[in-house]
Amino acid sequence: MTPMVNLYTRRRIINAAGLIISVLAMAFGLFWLCWILWTLLENGLPALAPAVFTHMTPPPGSTGGLLNAIAGSLMMTLVGTLIGTPIGILAGTYLAEFGHRGWLAPITRFINDVLLSAPSIVIGLFVYEIYVIHVRHFSGWAGALALSIIVIPIVIRTTENMLRLVPTTLREAAAALGAPQWKIVNFVTLRAARAGIITGVMLAIARISGETAPLLFTALNNQFWNSDMDKPMANLPVVIFQFAMSPYEDWQHLAWAGALLITLSVLTLNILARVLFRQSATTH
Amino acid sequence: MNAETTANPKIIDPKIVVKDLNFYYGNYRALKDINLSIAEKMVTAFIGPSGCGKSTLLRTFNRMYQLYPKQKATGEILLDGTNILDKKQDLNMLRAKIGMVFQKPTPFPMSIYDNIAFGVKLYENLNKNDMDERVEWALRKAALWTEAKDKLKQSGTGLSGGQQQRLCIARAIAVKPQVLLLDEPTSALDPISTAHIEKLIDELKEDFTIVIVTHNMQQAARVSDFTAYMYLGDLIEFGDTSTVFTNPKRKETEDYITGRFG
Repeated sequence: MTPMVNLYTRRRIINAAGLIISVLAMAFGLFWLCWILWTLLENGLPALAPAVFTHMTPPPGSTGGLLNAIAGSLMMTLVGTLIGTPIGILAGTYLAEFGHRGWLAPITRFINDVLLSAPSIVIGLFVYEIYVIHVRHFSGWAGALALSIIVIPIVIRTTENMLRLVPTTLREAAAALGAPQWKIVNFVTLRAARAGIITGVMLAIARISGETAPLLFTALNNQFWNSDMDKPMANLPVVIFQFAMSPYEDWQHLAWAGALLITLSVLTLNILARVLFRQSATTH
Repeated sequence: MNAETTANPKIIDPKIVVKDLNFYYGNYRALKDINLSIAEKMVTAFIGPSGCGKSTLLRTFNRMYQLYPKQKATGEILLDGTNILDKKQDLNMLRAKIGMVFQKPTPFPMSIYDNIAFGVKLYENLNKNDMDERVEWALRKAALWTEAKDKLKQSGTGLSGGQQQRLCIARAIAVKPQVLLLDEPTSALDPISTAHIEKLIDELKEDFTIVIVTHNMQQAARVSDFTAYMYLGDLIEFGDTSTVFTNPKRKETEDYITGRFG
């Protein structure tokens, strides 16, 4: 009897210790996250005046807003997503549905994994080298291009993963009806994975909406209103970078407002993605 | 062993004739010199323990294995006298003639109506009216019409498991195939849904030749006219269902159906 009781007690102690350590680790992570959010709210909320959405970025000492930066960020994020999403979905579909034989798919998958973890500053530098230098000026297009290069591997990865979650029997069922593969992929598997893929796209948008480094080399910044994608373009991350580092208090306030805006939009996108994915999980 | 196993029941005018069929997963030989005939507009059941090759055999009839590069079949399978294993056989046309229903219900992520129309559209160009009629016909045949007629536009994935499986049967027969392959169609269903499907099989054999794989021996006894018992890739015994279950010729079959094994 005694050895069994000993064994049981030992197991309970180990279990309790494991639990305490994991809870502490979670609390440690949450603590910093909460602190970051708290600081953002504390500094950002007071600065979030209506003028932020109606005025351009001001010169030092005068009042202004972030309208040009918000608009620039939205435009470049939109264009980057529009370029990156179709490529990502198509490539991901290839990897999951067609690349069963041969060497192309494994190599593509490997390179994609490398790209996925590539530092974004390298991507900015790359676009600077292949595009900005040749046209000899910074531009919104260059920024959007850099962002799209960040979007592509994320969308490829999620598309492939989501398609792999689609049960094989569903493909077989469509094949058993005599459907050609392109119809199976288009009307059955991609549809079944739709919510997951959209989630991936939203997470990609969330990721690029906070990217600073690739935009420094490509879109740079612009103090004035600009809707021409071929000119340097203001954007929230770079403005935050510039204003937060400045000695001027007005600029610093605006930087906090911008940081709060980005965080809130990323948070919203993440929550939306989760809700969407959960809904789709319950209908299957 | 072969001489004995091919002491086949006398099937006049068989729909499908399998001759010396061997099947390989890579180097593993999963079916060994199978010979048997499937009677037209009758129900033939394949039974046997897991891994015996019964599903593998079923999946050669519509060449499902062709989705996977490492699987191959040798020998002949004659459908109305034509060898469907021939490379010249058009796969899509073959699958138009031979429908299949799987173990787990597989409704497509689209409306009930579109689930059925999907297969039909592959082969026929029907106008709205004809398509409506075809959908209704298939749903009636599959005994799902009364439950589904008011929610044709709703997603097929919202139905219950038993209804989903009947939807899959409706989808398969909407194409108007000649043969229906059922791969353990009730093993994921509750007893009431199972009873529904079994009743349905009985009705469907008026129009279709049915081949069913089942783990459930009572089910084979209830629904089939002929039964094939398989073990480790061999066809051990094939005959009238009543003979196989009441007076099996081989000891192995008897051991299996009496529950002494498997």
